[in-house]
Formats: sequence, structure tokens, C-alpha cells
Amino acid sequence: MSSVQDIEIRDSAARAAQAAEELQDAQGEKMVLNMGPSHPATHGVLRIVLELDGEVITKADPDVGYLHRGDEKIAENMTYTQFIPYTDRLDYLAPLANNVAYALAVEKLLGIHDKLPPRCQYIRVMCAELARISAHLLGLGAFAMDTGAVTVFLLTFTEREKIYNLAEAASGARLTTSYTRIGGLFRDVPPNWCDQVRQFLKEFEVALAEANTLLTRNRIWVDRLRDMGVVSKEMAIDYGFSGPNLRGSGVNYDLRKNQPYLCYKDLDFDIPVGSVGDCYDRYLVRMEEMAQSIRILYQCVDKIPGGGANTTHEPVNIPDGKITLPSKQKVLSSMEELIHQFMLVTEGVNCPPGEIYFGHENPKGELGFYINSRGGGVPYRLKIRAPSFINLSILGELLPGCMISDVPVVLGSLDFVMGESDR
Amino acid sequence: MSALESANQLKAKFGDLISEPAEFRGEISVQLADAGKIFEAALFAKQTLGYDFLVDITSVDNYGEDPRWTLIYHLRSMTANTELRIKTHVGEEKSEVPSVLGVWRSANWHEREIYDMMGIRFSGHPDLRRILMWEGYPYYPLRKDFPLAGKPTDLPNVAFTKPAPLEGGPFVTVPGSGDAIGREPRVRNPEE
Amino acid sequence: MQTQSDYAYDSKIEGDIIVTRVDAALNWFRANSVWPMPMGLACCAIELMAVGASRFDISRFGSEVMRFSPRQADCMIVAGTVTYKMAAVLKRVYDQMPEPKWVIAMGACASTGGMYRSYAVLQGVDNIVPVDLYISGCPPRPEAVLDALMKLQEKISKMPLVQDINIVKTLSGKNQS
Repeated sequence: MSSVQDIEIRDSAARAAQAAEELQDAQGEKMVLNMGPSHPATHGVLRIVLELDGEVITKADPDVGYLHRGDEKIAENMTYTQFIPYTDRLDYLAPLANNVAYALAVEKLLGIHDKLPPRCQYIRVMCAELARISAHLLGLGAFAMDTGAVTVFLLTFTEREKIYNLAEAASGARLTTSYTRIGGLFRDVPPNWCDQVRQFLKEFEVALAEANTLLTRNRIWVDRLRDMGVVSKEMAIDYGFSGPNLRGSGVNYDLRKNQPYLCYKDLDFDIPVGSVGDCYDRYLVRMEEMAQSIRILYQCVDKIPGGGANTTHEPVNIPDGKITLPSKQKVLSSMEELIHQFMLVTEGVNCPPGEIYFGHENPKGELGFYINSRGGGVPYRLKIRAPSFINLSILGELLPGCMISDVPVVLGSLDFVMGESDR
Repeated sequence: MSALESANQLKAKFGDLISEPAEFRGEISVQLADAGKIFEAALFAKQTLGYDFLVDITSVDNYGEDPRWTLIYHLRSMTANTELRIKTHVGEEKSEVPSVLGVWRSANWHEREIYDMMGIRFSGHPDLRRILMWEGYPYYPLRKDFPLAGKPTDLPNVAFTKPAPLEGGPFVTVPGSGDAIGREPRVRNPEE
Repeated sequence: MQTQSDYAYDSKIEGDIIVTRVDAALNWFRANSVWPMPMGLACCAIELMAVGASRFDISRFGSEVMRFSPRQADCMIVAGTVTYKMAAVLKRVYDQMPEPKWVIAMGACASTGGMYRSYAVLQGVDNIVPVDLYISGCPPRPEAVLDALMKLQEKISKMPLVQDINIVKTLSGKNQS
């Protein structure tokens, strides 16, 4: 039984076309890799959907929102003072800075943010700078650990423990301090707090020098960070960067100098600005910012009104019964203070109708609060302008072209925190 | 130039669309009467007035008033170190505003978040999808008629939500309710 | 000094051979090398990192290796707020862990939702995974986390080898009907 078999012999052009198609299939297959929310190098719950061509990333799509807790809706149902603990947990690496930012925003709405007692201003500046050191240390430690340099992590955590001790002495809690109140602070610092700060600064200078020796001129570190994730000046401004990321790209803008608040006008410090805008520049800016913070802190402990132990009994709260809680003895003995206490606790600080925006130089960038008030003690709308949220939007443009092993480097250098990004 | 001068220049360019600049706590804000013109206003602000930095875009829900949505654009000029606020209103039926992504690229995620939280659409946005909640979540959480506890939803294999136990609602004062009894923080039943 | 314990021994008397029960030995191994999988979501993750750092050393309890891969971990420490968006991911990661596994809910947010009573927060991670230990605090002090680890070790050391009596019955042929 014979069977007919069709054999096709194509000409060379057809064969070439067929071969090219097969090659395209083999080469053009891109892998979609999910760098999931539960990942050691994503600094929190960030999900990035990467499209890879071999090792090189062709598309990156960050997916945020895994820590969205509804802070802004909660704020519409809380008085201004009741919202202070929620601000701790925004950038949980530097809670003191968030507290200062929020208190200043509400005080701007009240119109008293430049009328704070000087001692209060100095303590708030010290808190903000300690928070800056703390946040940069952890950012640096986690960044170094993700790229492989594990020693730096333990070094920075030892120094952070000292900052936690200081925060605990001042406010009672290590991490979630809730230290500031509208119109002042929760309480004055203990008498030997400034000496403890001085002691910490002496030890911290040594540790910072040690971290510098370990990393800054380290061959592997420089090779991994140089020319990686370059953000030009125009791109940085266009994408809404702020803080060390913006300064690393060459823009000399720091809210402490350009829109001064508290007592920063009286303090002498420099702003480090990068030149290239790569990861190494951002790292150097952060290291130098910590050195400048040490400088600011030394000046503050020397210049604080009343001295470390407040021997001249300077106030730390605005003496207005409608804003600050009166002292307990007065509340229990005098009618007027009792009424003030009652009104402040049940109805909150009575803010005038209007809207303000206040931006504060947080370690991660510019933390801004937009408060829209219709009178009363509860905001009508509170929007948190989170620097990490805005810094993350550049990932879709920054990551393509890098290799997978560069992703932890870029993420670490951008230094974001998801609690702030997702609110 | 100062913020007041920029506001006046904006008013000179767009005429009746821009209101008189208002000042509160040192901040200048202007109102744009037609939300459809926000792209032109933003482009003018960036190219001519030098407002190259978009600080924030905020949305406010004026529940019970018309127009329901207010969009607030905070602009900053890095070179002159001044800030300006442009406010515009959108009605609930339309709920759509042109996107300013072409002017500042940071508007991308701001607008996605406003779409996610309030439900205002941005025409011309290339990738308008939810950012903080998941795709397929049926509600817009930051609206005033959406309760804080949330509503139950279920999207199989993606996410579910259950209302949080608030035991009668957030115990907070309602400012402006007249007498002290109206203002005290207590359980509020929906009939009140 | 006499210690009453199943697996204490005096090498002068008993030599280099220990006689004990399988339960006791297995539980001793498991308890003293609990490898945590840090599901570090929010602020509690920072305190968890502080527990792992040099001041509150977690490695003296055998738990230094924070394995981020669920396949290599015993105990998932849920540290931080669990949102509904993250819940599905968390359940998937928990399912990938091999038996025996334990869950520690660290902090107020993981235990009950904490101070976030809102539309987006899961009110307690025990809605999706079975929790063995709850640590209260916002965030809990690192000493509290170490105390919880010690309580977990106690719980593990009391774990019977045969946990499901039906397995025994099936194996011994008694549960045929």
C-alpha cells in the first residue's frame, strides 16, 4: 500500500524568515518577575512587577498600597490632638520629625507657629535632628545590608539604640513618641537630657567616621553605586522629588533654609548638594546631612534657653488656655481652667475656618500637611503629602535599563518608607 | 516675582476665569472657575510664571454642596521660592478634569490617588487605575458618604473587606452643631 | 544541683549516652532553633529589627537567622498592620511554610487591628491564620518580643509528637469504619 507524503522544500528566503522567527521567539521572550510585597530588599511592603529580558529590566511597575490604613479618613474623625499618634506611624523611622511637622501645620492654621516659646523651638529642632540622624542611620544600614555589607547594619543599630534612649527619656516611648502637642510639647525634657545628647554626639561622631571608613571609599560599594539610577536636575524637579533625593540631583533646596521655621534661622549649618544625581551622590548627601545634624545639635545644646536643666523655668507651651492643656493643680481648683480642660479634651482646639499647607523638612523629603478646616476641633480634610509616595513614582522610569541586582541599590538609595507612602 | 504678582499675572492672562487672589496665613490662592481649563492654567504657570514644582494635588469632598469636588493644586517655584495655590471645582455629574500630567510628571500618581480615593476621573491620563486600594474595589473611600468602618466587599482571589467594629461610630465632636449638647462626642445615630 | 528535666544528664554518671523520649528531644531541637520569618509590615518591623540587632540579641535564643523565605522558616512573626490588600499575600506566604509552624502576632495592629479601625485594615491577623501568641504594645518593647519567644519555646516543648489522635487510630487500623 503506497502512501503519498507531501514534502515542502522552501527556498532560502523562506528558510531565513523561519529561522529569524525562531530566534525572535528565543530572544524576545520576556519574563515577568513579581518582586512581591514580602521581600527583604523592598524596605517594607512594596510590590514591583518587573519585566525582564535576561538580567536587564525592560519595564517596572511599582504597586503600592499594601500598607494603606486610611489615615486621611481617620483624621476627619479625630480632633487635632487625637491625630498625633497617627503621625508617629507615618515615617516610623523618624517619628519625632513627623510629630513636629504635624504640630507646626496645625499651629500655622491657628496662626501661632512663629509665636512658640523659644525653649520649645529649640527642643523641637533637637528632636527633628535626632530623628533625621535616626532615619538616615536606618536607611543606610538597611541599604548596606541589602547590597551585602552587613556590618554597617549592626553598627547603625547600636547608635539608633542610643537615640531611642534619648527619645524614651524625653517622651516615654522608644519609637512612637507622640511628643509634640498643639502649642508646645507634651512635657519638658528631663534635667540631664542635654548632657546625654552631648555624650551621644561624641560617641556618634566616632561611629559615623567608622561607617565612612567602611563604605565611602570601598571599592565594591563605589562600583555598585556609581552611575546607577541617575536622576537629572530637571527630572528630579519634574517628578516632585524632595529632601536628600532632590539635593543629590544637584538642586540646592532645603526647607530649613528656604522656608525657615522654628529657630533654624539662628543656627549655622550647611546643605550638602550632589552633582551627578546617582545613587552614590544620594548616599554621600545623607552621610553629610548626618554630620551637619551633629553640628546643629551641638549648637542647640549650647544655646537652649534656660540651659539643659531649665534653671530659669522657661515655658515649653504657649500659655493660652484655649490651645494648651492647663496644669492639673489649676484644673482641679479653678473654674476657668476646668472649662478650658473640658473644652480642649472633648472638642479639641478650636481652629479658624480656612486652609493651609505646611511643608516640613523630614529625613525622607518634604512631609506636608494640607489642612482644610471649617472651624471647630476636627479637620474637614487633612491631606498628607508623603515624600516617599512621590519619590516612588520615578521607579517606572529609573529601573528600566538596570539589572536585577541593581534594584536593591536603587531602592535603598531612594530611601522610602511604606508607612508614609501608603499612609 | 512674588506669589501675589504671579497670581495677578495669571488673572491678567485668563481674565474672568481666575478670581481675586486670597491670602490666608501668608499663602496666596486663586480660584479657577472652569475646571476644564486647568491644563492651560498649569502650563502658563509652569512656562511663564516659573512654577516648575508641583507640591501636591488635593481633592476635597464638599458633601451636600454643589459643585461637590474641589481640586487644589499647590505649586512652587524653585527659583523664586514662592508658592501658589490654584483651586478649581467640579460638579458631581461630570466628575472629570483634564490631567496635568503633561505639565508635571509627578501629577501621575497624585491623580491616580485622587481617582482611587474620590472617584474623580482625569481625562488624558494614560494609566488611570487604582493605586492604594486594589483593582476592582467598588467604592471610593474618602467620600463623605462612605463610612469610616468600610463596607463589606469580596473579590475572590484578590481581597475581601469587612466593616471594622466601631461600636456606634467614631466618638468625636461634630463642630458647628450649635449648642454644646450637639457638639459633644458620643454615639450618633444616622437619624440625627 | 539536681535539675528535674527530661533531658538533663550528668556525664560522669551516665557517660556519653542520653536516654530520653522522642518527644522531649524533638521538642528541644525545635524550641531552641525557632527560625522566624519576619513578616515585617510596619513600625513593629523596626522593633523586630532592633530585637535582631546587638542590644536585644535574638540569636541567643537560636532565632538569629531571619529567613525571608517561608520554606525555610518555622515561625512567622506578623509585625505590623495587616491591610486587606496584604491579607491574601500573607495567607499565601503562611501556606508555603512547612509544618510544624507557629505564628506570633506582634503588636496591636496584628493582634486586633490596633488603633486603625478603618475600611482598609484587617482587624487582627487571626482572621486569616491561626495565631499562637499575641504580643501587645504599639510597638512592643524588644524585651516583650523576647518574652514572647520564650513563651513560644515553652509551648513548643509541651507539644506532643502525635498531634492528631486520628492518625494513630488510622495507622493502628482501629479507625476502619
